[in-house]
Amino acid sequence: MNFKLKIWRQKLGNSQGFFSDYLISNIDPDTSFLEMLDILNEQLVIQGEDPVAFEHDCREGICGSCSMTINGRPHGPNRLTTACQLKMRSFADGAEIVIEPWRAKAFPIVKDLVTDRSAFDRIQQAGGYVSVNTGAACDANTIPVEKESADLSFYAASCIGCGACVAACPNGSAMLFTAAKVAQLSLLPQGAPERSHRAIAMVERMDQENFGGCTNHGECQAACPKDISIRFISDLNREFITAQAKKIYGKRASRRS
Amino acid sequence: MGTLNLDAKIPDGQLATKWGSHKSKIKLVSPANRKKYTVIVVGSGLAGAAAAATLGEMGYNVLCFCYQDSPRRAHSVAAQGGINSAKNYKNDGNTVERLFYDTIKGGDYRAREANVYRLAELSANIIDQCVAQGVPFARDYAGLLDTRSFGGVQVARTFYSAGQTGQQLLLGAYSALSRQIKAGTVKMFAAHEMLDLIVDGDGRARGIVSRDLRGGEIKSFIGDVVILCTGGYSNVYYLSTNAKGCNATAIWRAFKKGAAFANPCFTQIHPTCIPVSGDYQSKLTLMSESLRNDGRVWVPKKAGDKRPPNEIPEDERDYFLERRYPSFGNLCPRDIASRAAKERCDAGFGVGSTGFGVYLDFHDSIKKVGKDKIAERYGNLFDMYKELTDEDPYDVPMRIYPAPHYTMGGLWVDYNLMTTIPGLFAGGEANFSDHGANRLGASALMQGLADGYFILPLTIGDYLAGAKLSKLSTESSVVIDTENQVKERLNRLLSNKGKRTASDFHRELGRIVWDRCGMSRSAGGLREAIKMISDLGDRYWRDVLVGGTAFDLNQQLEIAGRVADFFELAVLMCVDALEREESCGGHFREEYQTADGEALRDDKNFSHVSVWSLNEANEQCELTKEPLKFENVSVATRSYK
Repeated sequence: MNFKLKIWRQKLGNSQGFFSDYLISNIDPDTSFLEMLDILNEQLVIQGEDPVAFEHDCREGICGSCSMTINGRPHGPNRLTTACQLKMRSFADGAEIVIEPWRAKAFPIVKDLVTDRSAFDRIQQAGGYVSVNTGAACDANTIPVEKESADLSFYAASCIGCGACVAACPNGSAMLFTAAKVAQLSLLPQGAPERSHRAIAMVERMDQENFGGCTNHGECQAACPKDISIRFISDLNREFITAQAKKIYGKRASRRS
Repeated sequence: MGTLNLDAKIPDGQLATKWGSHKSKIKLVSPANRKKYTVIVVGSGLAGAAAAATLGEMGYNVLCFCYQDSPRRAHSVAAQGGINSAKNYKNDGNTVERLFYDTIKGGDYRAREANVYRLAELSANIIDQCVAQGVPFARDYAGLLDTRSFGGVQVARTFYSAGQTGQQLLLGAYSALSRQIKAGTVKMFAAHEMLDLIVDGDGRARGIVSRDLRGGEIKSFIGDVVILCTGGYSNVYYLSTNAKGCNATAIWRAFKKGAAFANPCFTQIHPTCIPVSGDYQSKLTLMSESLRNDGRVWVPKKAGDKRPPNEIPEDERDYFLERRYPSFGNLCPRDIASRAAKERCDAGFGVGSTGFGVYLDFHDSIKKVGKDKIAERYGNLFDMYKELTDEDPYDVPMRIYPAPHYTMGGLWVDYNLMTTIPGLFAGGEANFSDHGANRLGASALMQGLADGYFILPLTIGDYLAGAKLSKLSTESSVVIDTENQVKERLNRLLSNKGKRTASDFHRELGRIVWDRCGMSRSAGGLREAIKMISDLGDRYWRDVLVGGTAFDLNQQLEIAGRVADFFELAVLMCVDALEREESCGGHFREEYQTADGEALRDDKNFSHVSVWSLNEANEQCELTKEPLKFENVSVATRSYK
């Protein structure tokens, strides 16, 4: 197969970026999208040109490294598929493919398709944990957890932290990411003691990191390669309001939840 | 013969009390003094993140490094099937002793009894810890933890979160790490790669030289102790199930600075991966071993049978694992399942366009428990398979073939997980300690977390309490010298005006090692490989083309440095494989097999750990043997028939 690639090139975060055109030919339909970029990069190296920088690692859709917008959609055209799992057979022969980095204020561009997503780590550090030291745990079966809650918690926890939700959101909001983490822990009895503090701290951190607000576009859910539902966002809103109320009115308000 | 004076420091006493008595005798650093010590942790996977978080909780000053842009992306994240534990929640006879025995036997009697026993002993606490962190393990309708079975065992001791157990455990460790980063006890350096080890004038490991992968800055970090949790070296083969960035540079640089390397030829080829489809392929995708709980492995009885699998009638199928190993069937250990698949394919019975594939068929299980139940157990794996192959495994059997997956070999460590360089420790896949010649499924996560949460945090204290460390600053000559060596090496790669990319060389290296030091090995092939790799390695330094500069994000430069180290390590793998004239676990020498093609171990001559180190002149690799003593298990032929 042959393709015409239009790729965003930017030397450094603060320099001017631009689209460069590349023609690539003889690509096997079973080649993955990133393997196609590997082939392009090897050709560029041999020609003495600067290869395209892009994040990738596990190449099986679980590490969340790969992060590129393909033809206007984070991770490309296929639903529930990260860029690394996308195969070239998903494109028409001869197609033009536009490749850009995540575009979001909170994810500054480092080089070409690489952005700085450390804001996600800082949201996690604000409260995305249970404060249990190593060695302090009780036997794992001491506290039974309703299967439905455990399954839902796992579903929320399957977020890979890639940032597609932010890239897809017109506001550049990180609500889906934050909501998924808050949900995972608040659905479990282990996470309950800190749930109020967690919701407030993580949302505050998210706001400080230049992420936009959520106005219910739902683009995040459509772009999420792990199918994380926006139901978690409404859960987070409830969690946050309950926590705020508890903070203001004391314990009485929290009995509602 | 090598001159290393190896002391594994195995505590005296009964096997079951060794760790307990060692813990109570170990030297401690008082809580008030811990903040005076700086611990450098390289790697943020299960072992690294767990160690960094726990040491931070204890009050040490921790610096943690990872090459990924976030610690949450370390390759432990990709582990699928589960984590073993000695918990007997199923009341099926699972005990510490049985987990210990299964692991020793699974490793083909090439691991230390004391280390393995400790691992089994700690395994219950790991599950407790992870559940307390909010790791969402699978549960039953009573709300209690569910378990399943894995290869090489007859109990259900594997805890899991669908096919994403590694991800969930890593996110647990990452959350503990995040908590310490916020508390200020851990300083995290993401997108930093260790390029060399700093050893002080007294021969102690004191720091690392790292490169900031984003800005290119070369910088030294000094501390009191260094822990390498940098994973394995399966990417020597180019195609493996490892992430693209996984590399051996940290452990290989340590080896060059004097850390001994144990059992480099013990590599694990995982039986259930999606087969190779073309030359462009950059990595192989694992399909979890847990699938063998419900999937049956078969090939057509007739060689070259090209009919679609669903048209081949039952009596024309050869369920070769069930046929050869009736008591373990499809759940025989990885090395055995891999070799059996290779044997069928080499004999012409393989399926798929290349003939290098066998079927993994879920038809019977779907009929028995229903499609929904199968989807609940393996949904994400089935989706992944469909995305990659364009075939739906609910309807058509999966095609699978073995692929490099894990390396049991690694830096030699004593019972305290310290290498032969004082102050340098190794945890997780980076060390050699617990899996012998073959690792059982779901034991890597167990070992990484045992090392990180429970062993290293104690043994580090023991070392620090007894060590008198000299003053060292980033201005010291030994530090400047190491830094300069790193820079020279990068410059050498960058200034080369060659014609081939580093990845191109890597592909060629991978093919040599896969063909001659992969699933089966022979003296002739290994000798040939050593010569070919050495020649190709020489050509590499003459003919590699990297491009760009060192002062910028330069992914080609990252690859080039890693490939250079793979060349050297690949030679040592072959040398070790040549020297070990027996078949055991993942190491199968064609010359040493029984009449029916099973591995033929030689306990009289090879019941030892092969420990390789550089000689004084830093030129020649020398072998020292650490004898293995089996006082609690009787060494027997490993049979899964």
